[in-house]
Amino acid sequence: MGLENKLVESLPEILTVQLDAVVNWARKSSLWPATFGLACCAIEMMNSVSARNDLSRFGAETFRASPRQADVMIVSGRVSRKMAPVLRRIYDQMPEPKWVISMGACATSGGVFDNYAIVQGVDKIVPVDIYVPGCPPRPEMLVHAIMMLQDKIMKERLKDRRDVSREEAQTAISPGTMPVTLGTQLEEDSARTGVTRPYTIASRHERRRSS
Amino acid sequence: MAEITETPQNLITAPLLTIAEALKKQNSGWISEIKDALGEVTLIVASEFIVDVCWFLKTRYQFDFLSDICGADRGAEDDPRFEVNYHLFSTKTYNRLRLKVLLPEDEPHVSTVTSVWRTANWHERETYDMFGVIFDGHPDLRRILLPSDFDGHALRKDYPLRGFEPYSLS
Amino acid sequence: MTPTLGTNSPFEVLDRPLESQMTLSMGPQHPSTHGVLRLELVLDGEMVVKAVPDIGYLHTGMEKLFEYKKYQQGIVITDRMDYLNPLGNNLVYVMAAEKLLELEIPERAQIIRVLMCELQRIASHMVWLGTHALDIGAMTVFFFCFRQREKILNLIEACSGGRMTPSYFRIGGIMMDLPAGFEHRCKQFLDDFPAAVKQFNTLLTGNTIFHSRTRGIGVINADDAIDWGLSGPCLRGSGVGIDIRKTNPYSGYETYDFDVPVEEDCDVWARYMVRMRELTESWKICNQALSRLKPGPVKADAPKIVLPDREDMKTHMDALIHHFLIVTEGFNVPAGEVYHAIEASKGEIGVYMKSNGTGKPDRVHFRGPSFVNLSALPVMSEGEMVADVVAIIGSLDIVLGEIDR
Repeated sequence: MGLENKLVESLPEILTVQLDAVVNWARKSSLWPATFGLACCAIEMMNSVSARNDLSRFGAETFRASPRQADVMIVSGRVSRKMAPVLRRIYDQMPEPKWVISMGACATSGGVFDNYAIVQGVDKIVPVDIYVPGCPPRPEMLVHAIMMLQDKIMKERLKDRRDVSREEAQTAISPGTMPVTLGTQLEEDSARTGVTRPYTIASRHERRRSS
Repeated sequence: MAEITETPQNLITAPLLTIAEALKKQNSGWISEIKDALGEVTLIVASEFIVDVCWFLKTRYQFDFLSDICGADRGAEDDPRFEVNYHLFSTKTYNRLRLKVLLPEDEPHVSTVTSVWRTANWHERETYDMFGVIFDGHPDLRRILLPSDFDGHALRKDYPLRGFEPYSLS
Repeated sequence: MTPTLGTNSPFEVLDRPLESQMTLSMGPQHPSTHGVLRLELVLDGEMVVKAVPDIGYLHTGMEKLFEYKKYQQGIVITDRMDYLNPLGNNLVYVMAAEKLLELEIPERAQIIRVLMCELQRIASHMVWLGTHALDIGAMTVFFFCFRQREKILNLIEACSGGRMTPSYFRIGGIMMDLPAGFEHRCKQFLDDFPAAVKQFNTLLTGNTIFHSRTRGIGVINADDAIDWGLSGPCLRGSGVGIDIRKTNPYSGYETYDFDVPVEEDCDVWARYMVRMRELTESWKICNQALSRLKPGPVKADAPKIVLPDREDMKTHMDALIHHFLIVTEGFNVPAGEVYHAIEASKGEIGVYMKSNGTGKPDRVHFRGPSFVNLSALPVMSEGEMVADVVAIIGSLDIVLGEIDR
């Protein structure tokens, strides 16, 4: 009770804060990753969750198997051409707000494998927020990446991140078929009409404001 | 013939060479060449008789374990172009033997050995996937490692390392 | 292009009667499949009628890459194959190249190779035990296992600089001699390890829940196991005592005193017991190897193939020239073909290497034990329930990097 007593003594009873700050603080403090371990980096990801480098300290308490319940997708490992549509589908299944960490050299750029079988960088499939180099990156590097992502989330603005549009959410999805969000359809629409939806939030090094 | 010294390699290959002689005696058309190098014995088998040779080796000489079936591409200029290597192991006598089948480029057909060892199933699928060698009589010959809509056979020498086009979602 | 799935009418699922079978796709993104494995299960309620593995989601084209890299450069690629046992992959590749070159490896290098391989085997079994128990539901074991694994990874990192991708072995010996203080740290780890094994046994081996989840599940008898090409603990759990370290020994294994655990039950429980007993055997081998270490050279005497020591390179002209030539041009390997197999933590890992006399191999093919072990999964899991399939996959100890290469 010591901390709470100190809070009650030092802060007023009603606080006025920016909505952005509160929402972002809640989002960054409980980033639940989706299990997307593909190859060797997945083992380092498991190492970063285990007792020595404990990712739960930073809010990544559980790795959710279902993408519907996950916030961040840590693409750890090489993405082969057969796996790429699956990766996109899992990304589409995650609800907003969602972020992607591309862990390791293979996910970032194809890594050691510059050949017919590996997609040269997962950012050809999904928009990536944080790239982590290394082959495999040490668990501490992944922890640093999560912390960087948390900093990035704190700078977001709530109105930038919109959910899928009403029409898309209400499109009847036939039972028995796997529901696929029309993310790629929206890309084609936006390419046609010119109205874009921002995928990434500008970092503090970029001066432009997202629309 | 000069006196054969008992090097460790000769100790390993001597029983295999006797097996090769027995095979030749059984049917002279089966084996076309015997190679003995680096402590390993390779028998070049005519592709029509591979199943007979395998049954003979499994039943008479206890080669009950098929370690590996491996294809190789000798290059587009060589004829026969493809070779398929069968690596056999005996769990009773611990011998290792390699059988090699040479196949031409335009009709790379060879009978499947899944009736002899069931493990050949996936190995042959992989060889088909990577080289295009057709295994006649295989229960389920389809691609195993590459995507099912992949065009071409990746480990052939004329397939480029980087493939033909970069990946795009559409 | 939005992918469409099937042309069934939207309500066909409800039209089918309840006794019919359902096809379920388990994976490729699944918490318990140990990687990107997809299983097409045809289910009758909870019972698996048919299980068809669909692999290739991690296909990396490594065998093609080997043909474009010099022999020495290929060692780096082998690390990423079975990424839980990278030193084993390194060893088999390096030994095949040494067979082609007919190199003599000095004794100290062989002892260090054995020591590092057995440490790697323990580390690989730690991941197996942690993930297997996690899938079955015992979460605590996961953390304990990874704690031991961290200690081993520290040791490997001290030697080679890489935790999981060490590339420590080179053609002709090893990369560098063991660092100062390594033997003391290794001895410390080995002294503490039996207590850890006792902890695992306390948590799992006597546990009735673990027994009921693993006994009688995933049975494959000895003849089927040999016919399907199983190797390693999967084969030894079915009563067939084949261990390549005993049948075709390499790197001095014939001089070490260790047993090969064999169990007769042929089920998941037997494979678990084989691997647990292997932990103790590997520990024994590590102790013996550590006690045998004597000062000596760690690289073969082949100046055109093996990189010279850094000090030699900086002081002697011929060493500098050799270093330059080896790094830039590589060395030519005489033409020939060789198949070399070792006992990795998962089974028999074999490499077929064919060289045509140049500095790059003509064909390198890896026989991954998990590839063959997984092909026997339908045999083991038909007739079991879906939850048992998870336990069976865990007991096979598959690594998709090795399966898909």
